[in-house]
Amino acid sequence: MNKLNFLQPDKNNIYTYLYTGVILVVLSIFIVFFNSFFNKDIVSFLPGPISFFLPLILGFIGLHLIRIDYSGYKFLDAINKNINTNNFNAFLSLLIVFVIIKSLPPLLSWFILDANIAGDSKDVCTGSGACWTYIKIWFNRFMYGMYPNPEQWRINLSFIALAFLGCVGFFATEKFKKYLTLYYVVVYPIIAFFFIFFFISGGPIFFDFSYGIIAAIISIILGFFIPSKFKMYYFIIVPITIYILLKYVFFYEELIELGKLEALEWVETGAWGGLSLTFIVSFFCLIFCFPIGLFLSLGRRSDLPIIKYISIGMIEFWRGVPLITVLFMSSVMFPMFLPEDMFIDKLVRVIIAISLFEAAYVAEVIRGGLQALPRGQYDAAKSLGMGYWKMHILVILPQALKLVIPGIANTFLALVKDTPLIFVVGLLEIVGMLNLAKTNPEWLGFAMEGYVFASVLFFIICYAMSKYSYNLEQKYKTER
Amino acid sequence: MSDKIIQITEMNKWFGDFQVLKNINLEVEKNKKIVVCGPSGSGKSTLIRCINRLEEHQQGSIIVDGNELTEDTKDIEKIRAEVGMVFQQFNLFPHLSILDNCTLAPIWVKKMPKKEAEDLALQHLEKVQIADQANKYPGQLSGGQQQRCAIARALCMEPKIMLFDEPTSALDPEMIKEVLDAMVNLAKAGMTMIVVTHEMGFAKEVADEVIFMDEGMIVERAETKEFFANPKSDRTKLFLSQIL
Repeated sequence: MNKLNFLQPDKNNIYTYLYTGVILVVLSIFIVFFNSFFNKDIVSFLPGPISFFLPLILGFIGLHLIRIDYSGYKFLDAINKNINTNNFNAFLSLLIVFVIIKSLPPLLSWFILDANIAGDSKDVCTGSGACWTYIKIWFNRFMYGMYPNPEQWRINLSFIALAFLGCVGFFATEKFKKYLTLYYVVVYPIIAFFFIFFFISGGPIFFDFSYGIIAAIISIILGFFIPSKFKMYYFIIVPITIYILLKYVFFYEELIELGKLEALEWVETGAWGGLSLTFIVSFFCLIFCFPIGLFLSLGRRSDLPIIKYISIGMIEFWRGVPLITVLFMSSVMFPMFLPEDMFIDKLVRVIIAISLFEAAYVAEVIRGGLQALPRGQYDAAKSLGMGYWKMHILVILPQALKLVIPGIANTFLALVKDTPLIFVVGLLEIVGMLNLAKTNPEWLGFAMEGYVFASVLFFIICYAMSKYSYNLEQKYKTER
Repeated sequence: MSDKIIQITEMNKWFGDFQVLKNINLEVEKNKKIVVCGPSGSGKSTLIRCINRLEEHQQGSIIVDGNELTEDTKDIEKIRAEVGMVFQQFNLFPHLSILDNCTLAPIWVKKMPKKEAEDLALQHLEKVQIADQANKYPGQLSGGQQQRCAIARALCMEPKIMLFDEPTSALDPEMIKEVLDAMVNLAKAGMTMIVVTHEMGFAKEVADEVIFMDEGMIVERAETKEFFANPKSDRTKLFLSQIL
């Protein structure tokens, strides 16, 4: 048997070191585990400070003993390489493991074990844990705000329809792939706008919406039989014609009668709220701020002085003011400048304000990407006879946008998390609804549950977005 | 007059206060191959970038194929489409495959149908012997292959003139030959070429005339044999003695 040297474990006697080390580490974890879950200090027979630090000391020695280079065991080598490279790292690893074990029981008990979810009033919440009943009862409000309950299917239907239309890109065949960009940049936002504005909002205007949809469907079906040469004109003229025919010729009589009725109850935007409002605001702001930002970034690099200075002015102005004041002004100051009889909906004003605000950030992010491209790319595109727009659309922007996907994702995430600020103009999206609910006299004292709930929702949304941006990055990665 | 495809008269250009091109007079006839050489910083690259109007000249006139290069941008794009250019750093579009690199401009600038453009591109890629790489991305190719692709890309626009801006300077010696071969073939096919290069072997083989530039001026212009056999100016002699 080789001589044992506990200060310098080596490959000889590997099992001696290994067993001793593993036993020590397991023992240390066991002590902490027992202490944390069963509230019993099994080493209390030792004097105070020693019993407190004993797990740390034992674990530390144990980790030292199993730190054997090139032991030949994959698992052991992996541990040594990742969490046990030297004394300091071993110490940190132990500390982290202990903190996790220590904090698990209280978290578990608050979230699950001592929590209540049954019942439908505050009285059932007697335990020391969370009161999920509160979330359950208020769930509807958190999702839809003050939107009337019988009408909520409209929101659901709109979102499902928009989600479905948004997925069209995955099913498009090769033949239609080239129209996808046009679809997503122009057609989709317009459809989305119509859905939100006419369907969720409701009112007599709903008839115009349904005529529009019918006109669009008929013209798309007819469109397959039209030679591609005339398609551009066709898709402008025919839908409008059908729409006018429907509205003023075929259904004119009915319209006069029905116009007085409301097919869908009108719900003013002030009553919208909850998570659905978060989605609506973020969705439109994302859609609008990107193209605006794109044009601002191109404008800032333009050779034409007027465009250049207007862009710089816009960017610097919106970056220089806090969002909360922008929102406040959009709701209080802006209507003062409008003519007496002109009225722009509060939600529309808020969306425009946030879009312009975030567009300034997007513009600077994209400008970073544009500047990262070598001048040779511009030269090459020019030398092939491309003009400004062709050069940018075909060569410069595809590369620049690919570079700035992380930055854009950053801005978009910030945007989504900025939406709660619209409470300053009286629109209550999910965090706003939480604040409202927690001041309800019947449900005082459950702010914590609400915020946890909102955090989880925001985390899911933001994590999905960041994952998606990462996927995009991978998808468009080509070696340079 | 009609066979003078490029006419530069009394052209001057400044970068800020620094005059890069001084009083350039140059006429190039159709189907002529001209090599421009000279020490670095002598304005060779700037000269041929001016012919493509990637740089603007401040004085004098440049007439390419009967069109004068002026501020009018519409014209410029038409002229650029007829003047192919190959760069020192290749400048392929890294987000597109080799084939797409070649078909991009014909499809979008010349409005050629996609099928036709692809056939044309494959033809030219075949000529420079990289047709088998057509579906790869530029980043996956060697320098020499990239430069040959850049030549094919320029040829796909079916230009009347080809400009080469030190096409072999960024390549290692083994790859220089394959690019030069492609250029020699192009020259033999009768293309009008202006080549900025330090490859004197290439100059001797294909050039009709050699221009020597120094400090922004054309110091000497002579038939190729004449240029190498008995250069007139002392500066040229010095340059040749160092480079050969």
